[in-house]
Amino acid sequence: METRKKTHVEEMDRGVYDIKNEFEYSYKSNAGLTEDIIREIWSNKNEPEWMLEFRLKSLKIYNELDIPNWIPDISGLNMDNIVTYVKPKVDMKGDWNEVPEDIKSTFDRLGIPEAERTSLAGVGAQYDSEVVYHSIQEDLVKQGVIYTDIETALHEHEDLVKQYFMTLVPPSDHKFAALHGAVWSGGSFVYVPKGVHVEIPLQSYFRLNAPGAGQFEHTLIIVEEGAKAHFIEGCSAPKYDVSNLHAGCVELFVKDNATLRYSTIENWSKNMYNLNTKRSRVGKNGTIEWVSGSFGSRVSCLYPMSILAGEGAHCEFTGVTFAGEGQYLDTGAKVVHAAPHTTSNINSKSISKSGGAAIYRGVLNIGKNAEHSKATVSCESLMLDQISQSDTIPSISIENDNVDLGHEAKIGRISDEAIFYLMTRGISEEEARAMLVRGFVEPISKELPLEYAVEMNNLITLELEGSIG
Amino acid sequence: MAELLRVENLHVSVEGKEILKGIDLTINKGEIHVVMGTNGAGKSTLANAIMGNPVYEVTEGSITFEGEDITEEDVNNRAKAGIFMSFQNPIAIPGITVENFIRTAKATVTGENVRALAFKKELKSKMDELSFDQSYAQRYVNEGFSGGERKKNEILQMSILDPKLAMLDETDSGLDVDAVRIVSDGVDRFHNENNAVLIITHHNSILQKLKPDFVHILINGKIVKTGDASLVAEIETKGYDAYKALV
Repeated sequence: METRKKTHVEEMDRGVYDIKNEFEYSYKSNAGLTEDIIREIWSNKNEPEWMLEFRLKSLKIYNELDIPNWIPDISGLNMDNIVTYVKPKVDMKGDWNEVPEDIKSTFDRLGIPEAERTSLAGVGAQYDSEVVYHSIQEDLVKQGVIYTDIETALHEHEDLVKQYFMTLVPPSDHKFAALHGAVWSGGSFVYVPKGVHVEIPLQSYFRLNAPGAGQFEHTLIIVEEGAKAHFIEGCSAPKYDVSNLHAGCVELFVKDNATLRYSTIENWSKNMYNLNTKRSRVGKNGTIEWVSGSFGSRVSCLYPMSILAGEGAHCEFTGVTFAGEGQYLDTGAKVVHAAPHTTSNINSKSISKSGGAAIYRGVLNIGKNAEHSKATVSCESLMLDQISQSDTIPSISIENDNVDLGHEAKIGRISDEAIFYLMTRGISEEEARAMLVRGFVEPISKELPLEYAVEMNNLITLELEGSIG
Repeated sequence: MAELLRVENLHVSVEGKEILKGIDLTINKGEIHVVMGTNGAGKSTLANAIMGNPVYEVTEGSITFEGEDITEEDVNNRAKAGIFMSFQNPIAIPGITVENFIRTAKATVTGENVRALAFKKELKSKMDELSFDQSYAQRYVNEGFSGGERKKNEILQMSILDPKLAMLDETDSGLDVDAVRIVSDGVDRFHNENNAVLIITHHNSILQKLKPDFVHILINGKIVKTGDASLVAEIETKGYDAYKALV
């Protein structure tokens, strides 16, 4: 078998490991997020002066802002102890014994062999991954493509980072964006020059999270005029995080006539508060395509936003959310039509079971000048039992008469008739249910690269196991 | 004659209402049985009860398949034992392609791995036999299918799963002449001395090709008369009214 080509971007480099160790010694007793801590992060990461200002300004905003009042209950998150989220308490190296049982068994069932699993946590795998990564990078470098971790980018491509960093999601956006601005660490940077088509998807694989970096990682992607790229972010197993807050940020700049597809599967550990902000700005005749799978986490607030800024800009959003026991996943998409002839398609599917809540929250905003724009929103939810929850909260504002808008929301259950039909063909009740759920999300899995589609199907099967009495 | 199915004194209720009021029926290998009767007589109930549809509650009597009492058996186990039902109105299953569905079903029913390539070949040839366009293999099960296409899909599944007992619940209804011929040709190809077919119908068009060994007239939850193929012609002339007196 040919080895799968894949780029592994490690979130951490040696230096960051070192920072963490220092944290442990220097700030063990600090409870709140202080200026000193920010300065320490900054100096250990050896960042330029402007980034310190940026971090401190963000901290100020963070302290001033309240938690948005419309989001789900996150009282389980102790904001006073935010510093413990910034600096992990546990050393993740060789820490398999501390990984919760359910996550470990997920690894097993997903077929990740013991050897791979052990080496992934170690340095060896990082070395191996680097090799794979560089061999592909060479090919791209010739075309001027930059694909690296964001810390490296900040040193080697400072002007580019400075020009774009948190301009689309400013720290003032909301409290967690401000927090992100203050303490961000890790993430990916992609730059695709004008006219360059990157045919191979760029993949960022976060299998087992290294300390800290994964919590507040920043992804910055710039696709220049007429260029094309596909970025995939995901984990083939749940991200395990020591602490339980994730406030990442994704900024995607899609220039005129450019196309970017951003695919992601998030499968968080079930104690995680996932307050992630993702945003894209699309130029004239440009296209942003989101393919998004949300699994895991205790609470998620995730609404990838597309700002269709140039005439003829287009947005395609395909998302699936799966909420099981004890989970409240508030997800959706936002689209701002800010230019004429812009088009957007939102296609969201959610599944809830065992008392989980899957909420679709969407914003569609068609501006005054966005004449001849077209938007369709379709939300379908599937509830697997009587105790689960599903809801659709769309907010639609249209400021001109010349638009074409379609909105459809469906809430359904798996019909006994369908189960009977499958069972008459020999399929067990449990497998019939799983098949029907997989069929429900098929429009999304077919948009994913094969390995991710397989992974999503596996996740669904795992989530459904034991749900039948 | 090896016995396949034995139904004894079968009483079946739907939502508390008794539909079948004591059915006795034995089907041996190699036989074709036809159950005819008016709308609402309980014909579909009979097939559903044999298949084990949980909506249909067996209140009395038993169903035995190849000597095993299956009255309480799960639906999927009946399918594995070799019972098949072609649905009157097959439901659409979004997101599952015809090919994947039938392949999964075959692997489950046979308990063996189904090799992708060999299966594709078999599927193609069976679809050709049914004049079923190849493109349907990649479409979602019954989604956007016409009535005729749904019925062809049922017969396709039957021919690939190769059950011991195939029950066709009004497979001919709503089909045009050509489709009825294609379907009945399909059943004819399927039928051999080692399997049996139970046809539920209230038309006789499907019977022009298939020669039944037994014809049962079902009225008001009871089999009022059983005869050979000539009974079909008799019903044609007399109508069902003539048999109502037998209830």
